[in-house]
Amino acid sequence: MAAVATETQFHVLAVDDSLIDRKLIERLLKTSSYQVTAVDSGRKALEFLGLNGDDEHGDSSPSSVSPDHHHQHMEINMIITDYCMPGMTGYDLLKKIKESKYFKDIPVVIMSSENVPSRINKCLEEGAEEFFLKPVQLSDVNKLRPHLMKGRCKEEDQPSSRGKLWRKLSTLLAEQDQDTTRAWKWCYPNSFPISNLPFLNRFDTTGSKKI
Amino acid sequence: MERNQLRRQVALTRQSLFDQGFLDDQFIQLEDLQDDANPNFVEEVVTLYYRDSARLINNIEKALSVYNFLSFPSLLDFLVQQHFYIGAKKVKAECTLFREYCRAGNGEGCTRTFQQIKKEYATLKGKLEAYFQVLFHLMLPLSSLISQ
Repeated sequence: MAAVATETQFHVLAVDDSLIDRKLIERLLKTSSYQVTAVDSGRKALEFLGLNGDDEHGDSSPSSVSPDHHHQHMEINMIITDYCMPGMTGYDLLKKIKESKYFKDIPVVIMSSENVPSRINKCLEEGAEEFFLKPVQLSDVNKLRPHLMKGRCKEEDQPSSRGKLWRKLSTLLAEQDQDTTRAWKWCYPNSFPISNLPFLNRFDTTGSKKI
Repeated sequence: MERNQLRRQVALTRQSLFDQGFLDDQFIQLEDLQDDANPNFVEEVVTLYYRDSARLINNIEKALSVYNFLSFPSLLDFLVQQHFYIGAKKVKAECTLFREYCRAGNGEGCTRTFQQIKKEYATLKGKLEAYFQVLFHLMLPLSSLISQ
């Protein structure tokens, strides 16, 4: 069955060490009907995401992960973080997220009270979607929706089960040797599509006809 | 009705805060975020602002007393930032001036402007506290004060 588009709320993780900032961004996001979790440090953000330490880099060997370490990856659609934070800056957090195989595709937005072009460029180059100057306005938050919708649409474009079946079939058939094919055709002469690779190749992975 | 008169008076007080240059548009942005589900949002933010500003002003005063100009940039940035949040126009202007004097290393200018900051901040705080007190006592919804 095809992926169903649900009306579930987008969940945004907000990171800022200042209480007043957290309060403001949380209110702005909630006004736009987003579900919000606000934390006060980069470290806590990583904990929340289930990224503890450096066992998320590329393909980690199983031995580096303790047997009962259970990765609980939270469902997050976007991360919005302050740049200037003690300990781990917003830039450090951005890098860690982009290095993670689970979260690298989640849009990250950076906020800062200072308009420093080199800082902005650095963040955008590292993969941040947007850079907001504080105080963040409702008009800024409205810019987030396209990024969130983009993420959701990507999920819906995954091949449906029917497409998977087609792929599996064509793989099997391609691997099948000539003798097997001939034998099959002899036994079941009317099973035309199954034995006929050229016919199958006229359809793409989702089962629709190719041009 | 007496209540209507009071409402008008509070609305005028609120308007005067803008007219006299104490507050700017940012304050309105805050008010826009307040609704029935979050009826005290503005007051909560302003309370946080008092708390943070008081602490920062304290830190700057200590730094000034030992002429420690180096620690200023970050402190100042935080201070100016606070005032942006609630649209504290006059205080913001003084802070910007203060920052310029600090950058120029003008000790006397710094001290003078800092006294101004404290004065403006105290004035604003007084006005806002009075405003919120009346709002609270009259239990007026914000929408009734904002003229269309």
